Amino acid sequence: MSAASFLEVQGITKRFGGLTATEDVSFTVNQGEILSIIGPNGAGKSTLFNCITGFYRSDAGKVLFRGMDITTAGAHRICKLGIARTFQIVQVISDMTVLENVMTGTYLRTYDRKKVREKAGEILRFAGLYEKRDFLGTDITIADKKRLEVAMALGTEPTLLMLDEAMAGLTPVELREMIGLLRKVRENGVTLIIVEHVMEAVMELSDRVVVINSGRKIVEGMPADVVRNPEVIQAYLGDRYHA
Amino acid sequence: MMTMKKPTAVQVVFYAALLAGLLAFPLIVKGTFPTHIMIMVFLFAMMGVAWNILGGYAAMFSFGQAAFFGIGAYTSTILLMNYNVNPWIGLVAGGVLAALMGAAIGIPCSNLRGHYFAIASIAFAEIVRIHFNNWKFVAAAEGLSLPLLPESLGNFMFHSSKAPYYYIILVFLLLSVLICWYISANRMGFYLRAIKESHELAKGMGISFVRYRLYAIMISAFLTAMAGTFYAQYILYIDPESVLILPISVQVVLVAMLGGAGTIIGPIIGAAILLPLSEITRVSLGYKGSGIDMMIYGALIMLISAYRPQGVWGLLTTIGRRGK
Repeated sequence: MSAASFLEVQGITKRFGGLTATEDVSFTVNQGEILSIIGPNGAGKSTLFNCITGFYRSDAGKVLFRGMDITTAGAHRICKLGIARTFQIVQVISDMTVLENVMTGTYLRTYDRKKVREKAGEILRFAGLYEKRDFLGTDITIADKKRLEVAMALGTEPTLLMLDEAMAGLTPVELREMIGLLRKVRENGVTLIIVEHVMEAVMELSDRVVVINSGRKIVEGMPADVVRNPEVIQAYLGDRYHA
Repeated sequence: MMTMKKPTAVQVVFYAALLAGLLAFPLIVKGTFPTHIMIMVFLFAMMGVAWNILGGYAAMFSFGQAAFFGIGAYTSTILLMNYNVNPWIGLVAGGVLAALMGAAIGIPCSNLRGHYFAIASIAFAEIVRIHFNNWKFVAAAEGLSLPLLPESLGNFMFHSSKAPYYYIILVFLLLSVLICWYISANRMGFYLRAIKESHELAKGMGISFVRYRLYAIMISAFLTAMAGTFYAQYILYIDPESVLILPISVQVVLVAMLGGAGTIIGPIIGAAILLPLSEITRVSLGYKGSGIDMMIYGALIMLISAYRPQGVWGLLTTIGRRGK
C-alpha cells in the first residue's frame, strides 16, 4: 500500500441515458478523516456514492481503495474489502430483532454464532441501542433505525464507513446523539465519508468538504471556507443571491 | 418468533410427546389407509420444509419443485432398473443431480425477483415434464414400474406393511427440519433473510446474494429429490404425469404457505391439514367427479391469503402472544 491516499476517486463519470449524473469528479480521502460531500438536491451526490460502493458501474474514471482498483468490483466485494455503507432511505431487516440485524453484519467476518452474538451486542452498546436489542426492526423509531443501520454497517468491521444522509429528519436531540456516535466511530480509527444535507452536522464533523453541483465538483476545502465560497452560495441559493 | 430461544419445559414435553406419538402411530393404528395418509403428510411436509428454505427464507417463490421431485424419482429408478444400483445410492445420486439442475437454473435466474422467479421456475418444471413425456430412455409417457426386490431396508422396498415407509419418511422429515433449523440459526439463515428484505441491503452488508441463493436452491432441490426417490420406492410406479406435474409444485407451496412460510414448523402444520383433506376427499368424493377437494383447497387458500398471510403458525403465535 502506497503512503498516498486511503481512497482515491479519479474522474468518475456516470450517465443515465442522456443525463450525466456525475461528470469527471475526483477527490481523495485520507485515512482517519471525515469527508463530507454536499450539494443541492439532484447534484449527483448519491450517484457518486453508489459508484464508489459498487452499486453503480461508472462510465469512466477509477476508484482506488488503499491502492487497489475497486472500480469494477461488486458491491458485496467492496464491503468485504472494508467499505460499509448506509442507505438514503433507511434499510433494516424488518422481521429481525435489532440484535439479529447487527448479527447479519457481523457474520461477514465471524463464523461462530456465539461470537457473532457477542460482537453484535458490543456494537449495540457502542451505538446506544442495546436496550432495544429484542425489538423488531419494524418496531423502532426512524432515528433508531438510522442508528441501527450504522450499527449494522459497523458489524461488517469497515475501515471506511460511508453514510448517505444518515442525519436527515432527526430531531435536534437525535442529531446530537448521531454526531456523538459518528465521532466515536472515527475515534475507533474508522474513516468516514458522509453525504449530507444537514449543515450543522457537516460543519461540526467534517475535516474537509467536497461540494458537488450539477454532477461536477465545484469546491473542496475546509468546512468554514467552503460555506463562504461564492460558488457554493450561488449553487445553493441561485444567482439572485449571488454576493 | 424468529429468534432462537431456549425451549421451555412445556415445549420440550410437548415435542417429546408428539414424537413418541408419531413413533407409536403405526403400531397403534390398524389399517393401511391412516398410515398412507401419514406418509403423504410427512412426504409433503418434507417438501414444504425444503421449499421454505427457498420461498420462506429467501423469498424465491419456486413453483417448480416437481422438477426436483421427478428428477429424484427418475434418477434412482433408472439407476435401479438399468444399472442395478441400490436405491439408497440412487437417492443420493438423484439429490446431487437435482442440486446441479437447481444450480443450472439458479445461476441465470439469480437476479430474478418475486413473481419473475416464480414464472421461471414454472417454465423450468414444465420443460422437464414435457421432455420426460417424450424421452424414450425413460419410457416417455408410459412410465416405469420398479422391479420388485425382496423386502428389506437395504433394498428400500417393503411389501407386507407400510410401517417401514412411515418410519423412513419420518426420519427424512426430521432430517429436513434439522437442516432447516441449522440454516435458520446460522449465517446462511441470516443472509437469506437479509436477501428477502432487500437485495440492495444484502449487497451493502457484503452478502453475495447470487451465492446464497444458489446454496438455498441446491439444498432445497436435494431434499425434494430425496422425497422423489422415496415416492418412487413407495408407489413403485412413476410416470411424468404423477411425479413431474405442476399440481405437485403448487401443493408444496400451499403446504408451506398455509402453515406459515419462513417458519420451521409451518410446513408441517400445513401438510397435516392439507394432505388428509386431499387424500380423504379424493377417496370419498373423488369418484363422483373430481374437484371437491380442489374446491375446498381453493376456498382455504383464499381465506388464508385474505385473513392470515402468515399462515396457521402465524395465527397460533399471535394467539399465544395475546394469551401472555
